[in-house]
Amino acid sequence: MRVISCCLLIFWSLCAHAETRAHEFELDNGLKLIVKEDHRAPVIVSQVWYKVGSSYEHDGITGISHVLEHMMFKGTQRHAPGEFSRIVAENGGKENAFTSRDYTAYYQRLEKSRLPVSFELEADRMRNLLLQEEEFLKEVKVVMEERRLRTEDKPTSLTYERHNAVAFTNSSYRTPVIGWMEDLESLTLSDLEDWYQRWYAPNNATVVVVGDVDPEEVLALAKRYFGPLKPSGVAPVKPRGEVRQRGVRRLVVQAPAELPYLLIGYKVPVLLTAEEQWEPYALEVLAGILDGGDSARLTRTLVRGQQIAASAGAGYNLYDRQERLLLLDGTPTASHTVDELEQALVEQVNLLRKELVDSKELERVKAQVVASAVYELDSIMAQAMTIGKLETVGLDWSVDRKYVERIQAVSAEQIRKVAQKYLVDERMTIAVLDPLPMDTAPAGRSGNQGGAHHVH
Amino acid sequence: MSTDYGRLFVTIGVLLVWTLMLPAQSVAMEPIQHWQLDNGARVYFVPAPELPILDVRVVFDAASSRDGTRPGLAELTNLLLDKGAGGISADELASQVEGLGAHLGGGSLRDMAWVSLRTLSDERYLQPAVKLLSMVVTSPDFNNGDFERERERMLVAVKMQEQQPSSVASRAYYKAVYGEHPYATPPDGYQESLARIVLDEVKAFYRRYYTGSNALVVIVGDLDRAAAEKVARQVAGGLPKGETAGQIPEVPPVRFAAEERIFHPSTQSHVLVGAPGMRRGDPDYFPLYVGNHILGGSGLVSLLSEEVREKRGLSYSVYSYFSPMRRKGPFTLGLQTRNEQLDEALEVMRSTLERFRSEGPSAQELEAAKKNITGGFALRTDSNAKIIEYLAMIGYYGLPLDYLDTFNDKVDAVTRDQIRDAFARRVDPERMVTVVVGGNGADNTPKHDSAENNAGD
Repeated sequence: MRVISCCLLIFWSLCAHAETRAHEFELDNGLKLIVKEDHRAPVIVSQVWYKVGSSYEHDGITGISHVLEHMMFKGTQRHAPGEFSRIVAENGGKENAFTSRDYTAYYQRLEKSRLPVSFELEADRMRNLLLQEEEFLKEVKVVMEERRLRTEDKPTSLTYERHNAVAFTNSSYRTPVIGWMEDLESLTLSDLEDWYQRWYAPNNATVVVVGDVDPEEVLALAKRYFGPLKPSGVAPVKPRGEVRQRGVRRLVVQAPAELPYLLIGYKVPVLLTAEEQWEPYALEVLAGILDGGDSARLTRTLVRGQQIAASAGAGYNLYDRQERLLLLDGTPTASHTVDELEQALVEQVNLLRKELVDSKELERVKAQVVASAVYELDSIMAQAMTIGKLETVGLDWSVDRKYVERIQAVSAEQIRKVAQKYLVDERMTIAVLDPLPMDTAPAGRSGNQGGAHHVH
Repeated sequence: MSTDYGRLFVTIGVLLVWTLMLPAQSVAMEPIQHWQLDNGARVYFVPAPELPILDVRVVFDAASSRDGTRPGLAELTNLLLDKGAGGISADELASQVEGLGAHLGGGSLRDMAWVSLRTLSDERYLQPAVKLLSMVVTSPDFNNGDFERERERMLVAVKMQEQQPSSVASRAYYKAVYGEHPYATPPDGYQESLARIVLDEVKAFYRRYYTGSNALVVIVGDLDRAAAEKVARQVAGGLPKGETAGQIPEVPPVRFAAEERIFHPSTQSHVLVGAPGMRRGDPDYFPLYVGNHILGGSGLVSLLSEEVREKRGLSYSVYSYFSPMRRKGPFTLGLQTRNEQLDEALEVMRSTLERFRSEGPSAQELEAAKKNITGGFALRTDSNAKIIEYLAMIGYYGLPLDYLDTFNDKVDAVTRDQIRDAFARRVDPERMVTVVVGGNGADNTPKHDSAENNAGD
């Protein structure tokens, strides 16, 4: 197994060498442009990333970044509401947008000759959005429906949202990306105007283009369309790091449901906040040891072995802007309780703190990481996403080029060290979904989802 | 690590650098190659030398339309294939696959059941990965312990669906549209049907349907024809010839407009409206496809989205689509809206359909749709993952090998009259079912026009 992994690493370094074809430019107005060539098909993806998302918001206006994302399709001085989408469609394009904690991004996938269409429209709405009351009143209702769909009526998403709100005390990661319903209800057009003026400027944006292009030609196009835009004084976002937690936190979420559900989070550093650079990579491998496929511990031990869980998972993202959670979740089988599942998950965590992981296990996780990095090259969208995300949280996009190497360098000792240091009660929050009968009346307004992107 | 390995990889690396450094010039997807194995398995192959990846998918006519009296049987059988095979346990099998950096997957819907593999295409990984795939396809163990466990997990998954209004709606909708037809039942079955399945039924299902005559091998990746032939033989050559699965019945039409309301403790009502639509290879495929693109198949610029979302803010997601299948798959319109405004949303959706059906698209709308579909054609095959989807579809439904080559011309040839005519003949609002799942407490008791009440219509 070790031999295979070593070879994989060499294999990767050769792939990586061949594949390093991203070019970075900065326009005079501060707009960043990153272009990566992929000539397999005559297509491109064009993305504009803004450094703004729910973690930039304060209480009372939660969800505003995401509502603004919706309003970005509602017209400018030059284009009527909805025209943006019609023009993209007539050019054979697919478009969407997404908002997350640390970014808001817009994209079009197009045949390669249509790139100017994307740039023209994106440059226009970067500075000339026309926020109109009538459109806003309709669109905020759409967002409320989106919230009902994604969160209110999904018991596991509801649990996730509440868990997150309890886990964090003062961090701006506490609130849901889509916003609390009451905040959406009180949002005004002038709130949106302020938010747009504050964050939408070339010096707060990164344009990423991946596909069948020539970087110099893309740069010329970018200069033509984005170049004339005026930069503005974008004040840096204030630090909103989390205070030290004092003891384990627990919550119960009661909602109509058929099945109980368990969610455990540990506050852990990310690449930007870690004291030691290797720690986030060790946490990444640790998450892989637990849930890096069908042979990983949670499925092997809890689902197939002890049969306590019908499903169980673990997740961590080292590329967030602030300290975040390493999450474990699961649904118990019919013959086990949610308490038993909690004990079993905690036992898995304790095992990581006590014993070094087996070398074969470690090699397996690393093999998956290396191969996945190759597989990612099959999708220009995925390649662009990685670049845009890294750049927008404040890491250099080229950090991803070191990912495989740094994962390969993680040792069993390092995994045990991060487990001992971070997977402790003082960093732990546990949520249990306690099912109410399914004939309970709808709760009216209340809250729930998170995590994933909220797509326009 | 031995130096031999090092040299090998240097060679590959050089080749890779070369392919990735070709001048900025892209070629369209290579032509589809097709042949058959001795046991009747049909093979479809597209070389894709740009990335060192191989995708293989083995597709069987072994999905839920073959479930008979045991809804869930096909999916359970499919799930068990990699839970122990060739005498190797589920744990060990997963370890071996993942140690190679490979992904082994599978699935089972109403027409197709499949097993898929993605691996690095270098021989060192490809060979052992293909061998594991072959074991999973040709010699699953079906141990009793694995059977019991996976069935229990399916039961939990079905329960999970029952707490989600979208899944409740979808399951009720297929039942309402398809009645006694095999498409009516959900691929993951019902709690009662899953509880009745015994291991011998799984083994018998596998023997009957996982055969050469009933199989399709689809390959996309960095290998040449000779290597692809070898992979196909390795993966599926060991299957007995067996028999093809046989016909499934034609779909009977919905005979009247029925409405079913199901209480769910949700703040939104989920609405699905529809009827049997069209099959793959349907003579009306292009007029219906392009027409629907305008009606509700083109995201924010569709007529339904314009009326329901853009003008009135009634729903986050509103759409219509045809799902062409071996037999007539459903034509479906859907939305979700807050319980209090259900009637308004439903009315707007229905009147939009009525209007489109009677008036058809404007010349401008048709022109815009054609530009969107044909102008974005290159996006359909811009990755190996997408190409293999098309290959599986073309192979499984026996579509012509030049299906993708002629696609744009056929779209361009569609006229307004053809769309109006096709919708008039094939979409009848008087013969559509409506399923509403939501928290409108007052409607807790079904107020649907049940089959019995309307049998005389």
